[in-house]
Amino acid sequence: MGNFEPKIVAFCCNWCSYAGADLAGTSRIQYSPNIRVIRVMCSGRVNPLFVIKALSIGADGVLVLGCHPGDCHYIEGNYKTMRRIPLLQKMLKQLGIEEERVRLEWVSASEGAKFAEVTNGFTESVRKLGPNSLGHSKQSSKEAKHG
Amino acid sequence: MHMENEKRIGVYICHCGLNIAGTVDVEEVAKYAATLPHVVIARDYRYICSDPGQELIKNDIKELKLNRVVVASCSPRMHEHTFRKACLAAGLNPYLYEHVNIREHCSWVHADKKQATEKAKDLIRAAVQRVYYHEPLEVKEIPVNPNTLVVGGGIAGIEAALKIANSGRKVYLVEKEPSIGGHMIQLDTTFPTLDCSECIMTPKMSEVGHHSNIELLAYSEVEEVSGSVGNFKVKVKKKARYVDESKCIGCGICEQKCPWKVPSEFEVGLGQRKAIYIPFAQAIPNIATVDKDHCVYIQSGGKKCGACIKACEAGAVNFDQTDQVVELEVGAIILATGYDLFDASWIPQYGYGKYDNVITALEFERMTCAAGPTLGKIQLKDGKTPQSVAIIHCVGSRDKNYCEYCSRICCMYALKHAHHLRDKINAAVYQMYIDMRCTGDSYEEFYNRVSEEGVVFIKGKVAEVTDRAKTEEEEGKLIVIAENTLLGKVMRIPVDMVILCPAMVARSDAAEIARKFSITQKATGFFLERHAKLEPQVSAMDGVFLAGCCQFPKDIPDSVSHGRAAAAAALELIDRGSVAAEAAIACVDEALCHGCGICEEICEFQAPKVIVKDGRMVSMVNEALCKGCGACAVACPSGAMSIKHFTRDEISTMIKELAAEKND
Ligand code: FES
Repeated sequence: MGNFEPKIVAFCCNWCSYAGADLAGTSRIQYSPNIRVIRVMCSGRVNPLFVIKALSIGADGVLVLGCHPGDCHYIEGNYKTMRRIPLLQKMLKQLGIEEERVRLEWVSASEGAKFAEVTNGFTESVRKLGPNSLGHSKQSSKEAKHG
Repeated sequence: MHMENEKRIGVYICHCGLNIAGTVDVEEVAKYAATLPHVVIARDYRYICSDPGQELIKNDIKELKLNRVVVASCSPRMHEHTFRKACLAAGLNPYLYEHVNIREHCSWVHADKKQATEKAKDLIRAAVQRVYYHEPLEVKEIPVNPNTLVVGGGIAGIEAALKIANSGRKVYLVEKEPSIGGHMIQLDTTFPTLDCSECIMTPKMSEVGHHSNIELLAYSEVEEVSGSVGNFKVKVKKKARYVDESKCIGCGICEQKCPWKVPSEFEVGLGQRKAIYIPFAQAIPNIATVDKDHCVYIQSGGKKCGACIKACEAGAVNFDQTDQVVELEVGAIILATGYDLFDASWIPQYGYGKYDNVITALEFERMTCAAGPTLGKIQLKDGKTPQSVAIIHCVGSRDKNYCEYCSRICCMYALKHAHHLRDKINAAVYQMYIDMRCTGDSYEEFYNRVSEEGVVFIKGKVAEVTDRAKTEEEEGKLIVIAENTLLGKVMRIPVDMVILCPAMVARSDAAEIARKFSITQKATGFFLERHAKLEPQVSAMDGVFLAGCCQFPKDIPDSVSHGRAAAAAALELIDRGSVAAEAAIACVDEALCHGCGICEEICEFQAPKVIVKDGRMVSMVNEALCKGCGACAVACPSGAMSIKHFTRDEISTMIKELAAEKND
C-alpha cells in the first residue's frame, strides 16, 4: 500500500474554479498530478449521482469546486450544491463510505494558489484513507495479480 | 466509404513550443490518441492555434471527412472559440468540437514527464469519448441593445462615456457622488507637466453634462443587474437630493443661508461645507444636495430650520422627494468605479490622526490648490508656514502587512509636492523612499529636475514619526526616524510637517460591486481582467468592461487610455449588432416529463414553464431566458430535463474514463 496513488476526480465550475485552476497553471504552481478535472458550467450541474458514479467505478475521492457563496455566475447554483453535497456525504456514511472522500470547496478565479492547496490537501487526505472499497473490485484483483 | 452517421474524430495535440512539449511527451500522446475508438487521425503540431495549425484541421475536416474534432492545448477559456471557428469555417458545426486543457491543467503544474504524459492521455481519452456524444447545436444571434452603461464618473469613466457618446451612441453615466469628477478633480496639479488638474478636467466634465448622447445619473447607485451580454437590465437608485433637479440653477444661495456646517468630503476634511451643498464650484451637475444625516430640518421632522426652503427663489428645495428607482436597458457595461486611499491611521507609528501636522498627500493636494480651503497657502495647523517637510512614500504600499503591490503614482506626486514646497515656500524637503519609480514618459526627467531643486532623498523605510525630542533641535518638531539604507545608519530628521503617500486600494464596496455585475476580484481586491496583458479592459463577464483604477492603480494617462480601450470594446460589441445566444441550454424530453414543475421552482431565470400540451402537463424551456447552468437537470426527478452539450451521457462518459481503473 506504500505506493497507493489515489485517483481524484474534480468537478469545476467554468466561471470560478476552472479559472482558478487555470491561474494555478499560469502561475506555475505545482500540485499533485492525481487530479482529473471535469469542467461543468456551474457547480449546480453536479448531480450527486455523478459523484456516486465516480466513486463506484474507481475514484478514490471526488472534489466539487464552485464559486464562493454569492459569486455564482448563475446567481444561486452553488447554494444548491451547498445543500446537495452534505446530504450526499451523510448518505455515503450510511453506506459505509468515508464521507471525507467527497469534498466541496469554493475556489474563485483569483485563487490559483488555493486550487493547488485544496488539490494537494485533498489528495493527501484520501491517500491516508487508502483505496476506496466501493470502486475497487478491480483494485483487489490487481493486487492479487501483483501479489 | 464511411457510413452516414459514423463518427470520425480528429485529435490534435499542441506542443505550444515547449510549454506543453517540454513536460508532456506529445508524440507518444498522439500515437496513443490514434488508437482510441473512432479516431481517424491524431497529430501533434508545434502551434496548433497558428494559421497553419488551423489550416491543418480544416483540411483534415474536408479531406478525411472528419465530423468531430478534439484539440488538446491550452485552456478552453483561451482558445476554444478559435477552434470552434476553424471548425465552422470548414463546414463543421462548432459544437462538434471538444477542447482539452493540457497546458494550464497539466504541463504547467506537473514536473514529472511520465505523470504529466499519463494525465494528458487520460484527459484526451475522456474528451474523445465525450465528443462522440456531441450534437450539432444551432447558434442563434440575438440583437444587441445599442446603449451603454458607464458606472463611475472619474476620469476613466468620463473618457469612456465621451468616446462612446461622440461616436453617436447613447450612454448612461451613473455616479455615486453628487458630482462627477472623481479623484482627479480634487488634485491641484498633475505630474510631470504641472498643469492644473481642474483646468484639464472641467471642460471634460461640462462636455459630459451637456452631451446630447449622455444621460447623467449623479448621486445614484446601481442596485441590481440582470440579463446578459447585449441585453442587460439595470436598476439604478437615484438618491433623493431633496432638491428638484429641473428647478435648481446652482446659484448657491441655499448653501449661504444654511446654518449647519459639516466637514467637506471634497476638501478631505480640511474645509467645511453646509448641510445643503454643492460639493465644489465646478460640480456637474451643478445642483445642490441635502445631506440628510446633517440637515436639521430632516432630523427634526420638519420642526426646525427650513432656511434653505425660504432662501431658494426657484422653489427647488423639496423635502418630499424620495429615492427613485429607474430601469435601464443596455447592451454593454463599463465599470470605472475607481479606488480608495489606504487609511493611513492603520499604521499607527506614522502618527496620522495623532499629530496635527501629519497629513496625507491628498490633503496636501487640497492645501496647495488655489481654490482649496487655505486658498493655496501651505500651512501648519497653527497657520504658520512649515520650514521643513518630510514626504513618506509607500504608506501601505510595497508592504507585506498591507498591500504587497506598488501603487505606481506615489513617487511621482511626491516629487510634484516636493517641487511645490521648494517653489512656493522654499521649505527643506526630505523624500523618504524605498525605490524611486519614475517610469512614464518624461517622468525620469521630472525626477532629475526636482533633484536639482535641492530636495533631499533618503532611501529607507520610515520606522516611526514621533514628537518625543531627544535634542534641543528636535524640540517642538515631528521627528521622522528611518534607516538610511545607503549609509546603513538610523537617522532622526526633525521636521514641521509630514506628508504621507497612502496606497491606492480597492474600493471598500468592491466586493459588492463585483457581486452585482457577476465579475471577479483579484487577491488585491481590484477587479480581475480576462487577460492581464491582452485584455486588461475586459472582465470575465461577457459585455462588462473595466476602465481605470478599479482594475489596478494607474496614473491619469493610463486611466484615460484604459477608459478609451473600454469604450472601444463596448463599441465593438454594439456595432457588431448581435451576439450568439447560449446554445448549450436546457431541453426537455417530453415523453419523460411529468410536468411536476420542480424545474420551474429551481430555475433562477424563469426559463422552464409547465404548460399543457396535447392534454398533458409538460415543461417547456424558454430558450431566450435559459443560461445553461444545469440546476434543473440535476433536480429533475424523471430525467426528462437535460443540458445540451453537457448531457448526462457526456458527463458520465468522462467520469467513466477518468475514474475507472485502466485495464492496461
Ligand atoms: S458558476 Fe461557479 S458555482 Fe455556479
